[in-house]
Amino acid sequence: MNIPYTSEVRPDTGVYNAKLGIWLFLASEVMLFGGLFSAYIFLRTGAATWPHGWEILNIPLATTNTVVLISSSVTMVMAWASLAGGNFARFRRFLGTTVALGVAFLAIKGMEYGMKFEHGLFPATNTFLAIYFTLTGLHGLHVIGGMIVNVYLLGPGSKMWRKDPQRFTNRVEVAGLYWHFVDLVWIFLFPVLYLL
Amino acid sequence: MSDSHPVDVRTHVKAYIIVFAALLGLTALTVSVAMLHLSTGEAVIIALFIASIKGSLVACFFMHLLSEKRLIPILLAFTVFFFFALLLLPTAEVFSRGG
Repeated sequence: MNIPYTSEVRPDTGVYNAKLGIWLFLASEVMLFGGLFSAYIFLRTGAATWPHGWEILNIPLATTNTVVLISSSVTMVMAWASLAGGNFARFRRFLGTTVALGVAFLAIKGMEYGMKFEHGLFPATNTFLAIYFTLTGLHGLHVIGGMIVNVYLLGPGSKMWRKDPQRFTNRVEVAGLYWHFVDLVWIFLFPVLYLL
Repeated sequence: MSDSHPVDVRTHVKAYIIVFAALLGLTALTVSVAMLHLSTGEAVIIALFIASIKGSLVACFFMHLLSEKRLIPILLAFTVFFFFALLLLPTAEVFSRGG
């Protein structure tokens, strides 16, 4: 079966199908995180007292993680740009770096969680920690999901480059759109949870 | 961006590096402002303002929103509308509690 508009632009939408698909998915993701941000506002405005993030959480580790995730967004877009420029070897280096930065992000996050647990701080400890673990946990799951796709595109999925380079480039762009969204969510999570 | 050719890509790469530097600078700025321990109201406004600039840079350049065709911006306009509606829901609840 031949799937239409995987490489070429569909005239009525002005984009290839997968791009419209990922943007629709991301719109639903905005509502998922939006609901949780809304819950955060609801809980914070309704609470008698609310701790400052910096009193409980580790700012240097979270700042490092912000830099790690922003860097991974740059390497992801550079991976796509390498393919668009026809350089497959360069694409592999950049996507490999993106995956490595994803691992680094999760390792630092795991370290942070570990430190909280050691100090007896769990999601059930208070409302702040409940929403902190919910938001960062869901975000962490998104990072894992993105890494699975990126590892596939780096490994078995990359065979498509030889058969249909344009379609493969589009796949990498779509994976990138998702990865940048995950970065974007963190850009808001970082100040909201840690700095306010 | 499926119609990109190597010349476009070189211009893109330059933009990506500038945006990367801007994102790092804004991250340093938001952490520095947080260290000043301003009042909650001021801190929220400044932190969300900086985060919005950072988010816009990611969306416009890394996600290529600036060069997207009409359908995607329209889709996003709906999303933004409903996102803010969601954020305002707790406020509505607070009002109904007060009244």
